[in-house]
Amino acid sequence: MRGNHTVAEAAVRAGCRYYFGYPITPQNEIPEYMAERLSKVEGGVFIQAESEVAAINMVIGASMAGGRAMTSSSSPGISLKQEGISFLSALELPAVIVNMTRGGPGLGNIAPAQSDYFQATRGGGHGDYRNIVLGPSSGQELANLTSESFDLADKYRIPVMLLGDGMLGQMMEPVEFPPEVSVKKLPHKDWILSGAKGRESRIIRSLLLDPMEEEEHNWKLMRKYEKIAREETRWETFQCDDAKMIVVAFGIGARIAKGAIKRVGEEGLRVGLIRPISLWPFPSRSIKELAKKVKHFFVFELNMGQMVEDVKLALEGSAEVHFYGRPGGIIPPPMELARVISRQYYQKKLG
Amino acid sequence: MKKVFTRPKSLKQTPFHYCPGCGHSLLHRLIAEVIDEMDLREKIIGVPPAGCAVLAYNYFDIDMGEAAHGRAAAVATGLKRALPDRVVFTYQGDGDIAAIGTAETIHAAARGENITTFFVNNAVYGMTGGQMAPTTVLGQNTTTSPGGRRGSRDGYPIKLSEMLALAQGSAYIERTALSSPSNILKTKKAIGKAFRVQLDGAGFSLVEVLSACPTNWRMSSAESWKWIDEVMVASFPLGILKDVGGKKDAD
Amino acid sequence: MSHHPWEGPVVIAYIDINPELCKDCQLCISVCPHQLITPSDQLNQKGYRPVQFVEKQTKKEERKCKGCALCAVSCPEIAIEVYRG
Repeated sequence: MRGNHTVAEAAVRAGCRYYFGYPITPQNEIPEYMAERLSKVEGGVFIQAESEVAAINMVIGASMAGGRAMTSSSSPGISLKQEGISFLSALELPAVIVNMTRGGPGLGNIAPAQSDYFQATRGGGHGDYRNIVLGPSSGQELANLTSESFDLADKYRIPVMLLGDGMLGQMMEPVEFPPEVSVKKLPHKDWILSGAKGRESRIIRSLLLDPMEEEEHNWKLMRKYEKIAREETRWETFQCDDAKMIVVAFGIGARIAKGAIKRVGEEGLRVGLIRPISLWPFPSRSIKELAKKVKHFFVFELNMGQMVEDVKLALEGSAEVHFYGRPGGIIPPPMELARVISRQYYQKKLG
Repeated sequence: MKKVFTRPKSLKQTPFHYCPGCGHSLLHRLIAEVIDEMDLREKIIGVPPAGCAVLAYNYFDIDMGEAAHGRAAAVATGLKRALPDRVVFTYQGDGDIAAIGTAETIHAAARGENITTFFVNNAVYGMTGGQMAPTTVLGQNTTTSPGGRRGSRDGYPIKLSEMLALAQGSAYIERTALSSPSNILKTKKAIGKAFRVQLDGAGFSLVEVLSACPTNWRMSSAESWKWIDEVMVASFPLGILKDVGGKKDAD
Repeated sequence: MSHHPWEGPVVIAYIDINPELCKDCQLCISVCPHQLITPSDQLNQKGYRPVQFVEKQTKKEERKCKGCALCAVSCPEIAIEVYRG
């Protein structure tokens, strides 16, 4: 199944009934699939909004009403959604936002890239907030992580970003979907706006003019983020046990890296991979753990160096970090990466 | 002796923070009176704006959800699509609806979203201190149109209600004013009509209310009522701009 | 109180102005057909000088207030309640 279709199908099976989006390559298949799919599902709502800005605000409305709502876009459109994402965070509303990253900045191109890592994890929106950011690297992960996004969003009342890329969106891979969710059996939300019937009226707002109130709200959010960091950090390790150098890569970059690592492994180089799956919360502790035995890290990203900063922060100087990146939509083949990895390996006299 | 005029139940007891003579206070009361009379409190959800009325939720005793500046029509769309049997309304100032929110408003109308919008037109940006608004009239002095609005320098006022009346999805568009007791009562009628249109599923409904801002207009309240009648109405004529009547046609 | 047949049925009414809510916008003064509301020099908690109903102490037979409620309708603060009998 095509990656973009997988995301859409997984969302609907996870109980998503509200999709608002706007066409932008390379994710157009998502709104197209949703238009068809949601028209056939009870209570399904699809709107092609007038802009990505409008779409994220429709998500806010549907989320306020208690629904599982989603929007998708690609890099420039995600920029447009930043105000909405800040609001979702402040209002503590669940939502799923899918970014199929393309080359940038500006209009860029429609080729796959990983240049929105900062935007996703540091927030392009204003204010002190964090979003859960998940980085799938296969069709199967697109299905699993999309599905989990909705559960995480509801559980923590937080926007969850699925940070994909144009390549994953177009790749065709076999997929097994998680069990379908019954919308009626979803846990009741006691904070939604639905008309004050038999209860006091409710307000959902983020304007807190009193700085003391705003500070307290920020601390409340921070406590939530700390809980998420303790319980929802995800990563995968590959061949790290006796490695002398560890590659750090996420998403499609990790697919290429695995290929490169297998290649150099055939030549006797002991290189492993740690693949963050949650980009926020970032698996800092696991990376630092690895640095007890391994002193050389090799970060590979399809950008000019974004996740590498989180790796350096995690290591706190306890290991050396080398970076290799190709920005702008270029996808280097595993062989190219293998060559750069071996060069670094031998330069550091690890062989 | 019977009490023939009292505070509507759908308004909390909180005294308004609005300036003396402000139209928001009047409009809040009128909307609350209609909510009471049409028994809508338990099924209504409101979306307040950015602007002086950002704290509308402190006054209306109904479910309310904040929207970013200009986005109320999109948030209301999401709410109404998720809860089609509730009544959803937005309450927006002239900047919120006709500057930053123009796209969202026009498209909600074009899609025929079954929401009701209250457009408070006081020809100025009140909250932020009196800057020019899309509906500031020619010759009107504001902090960003010093010496009075000039078409060549500052552009021309927008007649949003006229534009929205062109949208196929809009069912009922009326412009009223809060400039005299009789106009106040006409506004109340329009509010009821707009909610009725939504309950009938006929499409997008909007009431544009010409409203006083004595503070930023630098006038007394009575003078500001006169200014609405004598100056604003010339640019923004009162009356029904669209009224399709009856249920929406099936496609 | 009306003694003339052509003035219609007798209406007794009065209004109650909450001085703490009044912001002295004087819109009520501008609409009352019988000029029964005037400014005052009292001060309320917010620092406004609330307007006053001139017939507050007037005996009901002598009041001109008809309870038309134009004042209450015009009052942004909902400071006026109207009684009519």
